[in-house]
Amino acid sequence: MTAASLEVREVSVGYGPVRALSAVSVDVPEGAVVAVLGGNGAGKTTLLRAVSRTLSFHGGTIGSGSITFAGRRLDRLTPAQVVAAGVVQVPEGRQVFARMTVADNLRAGALGARGGRREAARARERVHELFPVLADRAHQRAGLLSGGEQQMLAMGRALMARPRLLLLDEPSLGLAPLMADRIAETVREINARGTSVLLVEQNAAIALRLASSAVVLEVGEVALAGPADELAASDEVRRRYLGIADDGAAAPEGTAVEPVPAAPVLRRWSA
Amino acid sequence: MTTFVELLLNGLSIGAVYALIALGFVIVFRATEVVNFAHASLLLAGGYVTAVLRDDIGFLAALVVGVAGAALLGALIEFLVIRRYRGRDHSVLAIVTIGVDIVLLAELTRRIGSNVYPMGDPWGDGVLTLGGVSVPHTRVAAFVTAGLIIAAFLLAFRLTSWGVATRAVAEHPETAALMGIRLGRVSLSAWAVAGGLATVAALFLTVFPTPGLERGTSLAALKAFPAAILGGLDSTTGALVGGLVIGVTQSLATGYQSDLTFLGRGIGDLAPYLVMLLVLLVRPAGLFGTRELARV
Repeated sequence: MTAASLEVREVSVGYGPVRALSAVSVDVPEGAVVAVLGGNGAGKTTLLRAVSRTLSFHGGTIGSGSITFAGRRLDRLTPAQVVAAGVVQVPEGRQVFARMTVADNLRAGALGARGGRREAARARERVHELFPVLADRAHQRAGLLSGGEQQMLAMGRALMARPRLLLLDEPSLGLAPLMADRIAETVREINARGTSVLLVEQNAAIALRLASSAVVLEVGEVALAGPADELAASDEVRRRYLGIADDGAAAPEGTAVEPVPAAPVLRRWSA
Repeated sequence: MTTFVELLLNGLSIGAVYALIALGFVIVFRATEVVNFAHASLLLAGGYVTAVLRDDIGFLAALVVGVAGAALLGALIEFLVIRRYRGRDHSVLAIVTIGVDIVLLAELTRRIGSNVYPMGDPWGDGVLTLGGVSVPHTRVAAFVTAGLIIAAFLLAFRLTSWGVATRAVAEHPETAALMGIRLGRVSLSAWAVAGGLATVAALFLTVFPTPGLERGTSLAALKAFPAAILGGLDSTTGALVGGLVIGVTQSLATGYQSDLTFLGRGIGDLAPYLVMLLVLLVRPAGLFGTRELARV
């Protein structure tokens, strides 16, 4: 098993006594885009933290299960070793280093990668190609960028480590629809250049358009899984995540007031 | 006027030394969010090693060993103590450093006893006189050396990978970890750098006109704490400015003490803390700080 595929097998995660994930399995084959959908508190971010080994920052631990990437167990490594193995996460809410310049942010992204200066320079070239605005603003403080530009910087920073698998946590969060579409376009381009993507999104419409397959998490468990187009066509996903009500009338996404038909197949997520 | 200039120059020189100490304090705070109360005893330890060794291996070699020794001690404290508590409440860690300080200080006090160790530095008690203004050679050396070290440090902080990593960790540790930055290494290096800087400061705190290193030297180092705090605990620029402000204030207050008798005696020792309080009243986060001290 040398293909660079991620296999999350029956992973359970707890924050102290609180169960956040129960026996969750997700596969990201090499070169694929896989989406993880679900509401707040469904465990999407926890899943990414489990892969990137940053659960400890939040007092979380993996109780059981295994996570392998390219045939190598990730769930015993340090975060730095996971990055060196080629798996890099873009955190939710972008988290650019606001007091540092754009150029220094990109430099920070390259610190965990193997390889020397030349490879870092080549990675920077590729990032600048993908996001020309980052070259224009190289010497500006990252905190002064707009939300969309910060998302680009966060993604560019992660790409500086030349990942084989990119973990994206809510890249469209808080962005204008136009900017969200642009980010989606970029995700497709990054994937076309050979990086697999595990995409966590609340915006199911965007996620299902990008992904080849998807997993729906509800209260820490896999509620649905399958090819993206099948999920997009399923009533349950349409009603809950795409904001399309059964009767065809558009309902606002994820609000508590949407009409719930009798005996829903899925449990409602909390909060 | 001559007196004023002399006092000012002396103040700037001692201020540059305070800035060295404050810088170590700030770098540890930025890399680990720990307020390092063991900093003064690190300083005393580095100074002690230098003072003890200088008869056997000469002043310069002793200083190098002292700097390396304090750096090693700092790294050891990080590795043996601080690392075990990572991720815990930072105020707990601050108290842990008080414990480390007490242990170190007890041992150093036992060794030093009531001795006074002259540093054996090459500047001796020479005085530089220019146009009626006299400044001890040691003060000139202190200003130049501290200035060069601070400049080198700030350049490294801005330009090297180490600097980028440290600044990234200071801003957001978890995100820095996601970039593959090893937080343990950053924290270790910060403690080592702090120890090294403190030793250089120890040297200049104990040369002429001070008789030498004694167990009370760490008290002199305490004056750098208000420097770090009034500059803003998380700002390197703040440490620099804070150090100079404290140095000049102390020097002037001591020099004009006889004119300030209505404030009582010993105002020179008190002035740094007064200035700190006044600054914090106006700017709770310090002059250049971004985080308020409540964070501590």
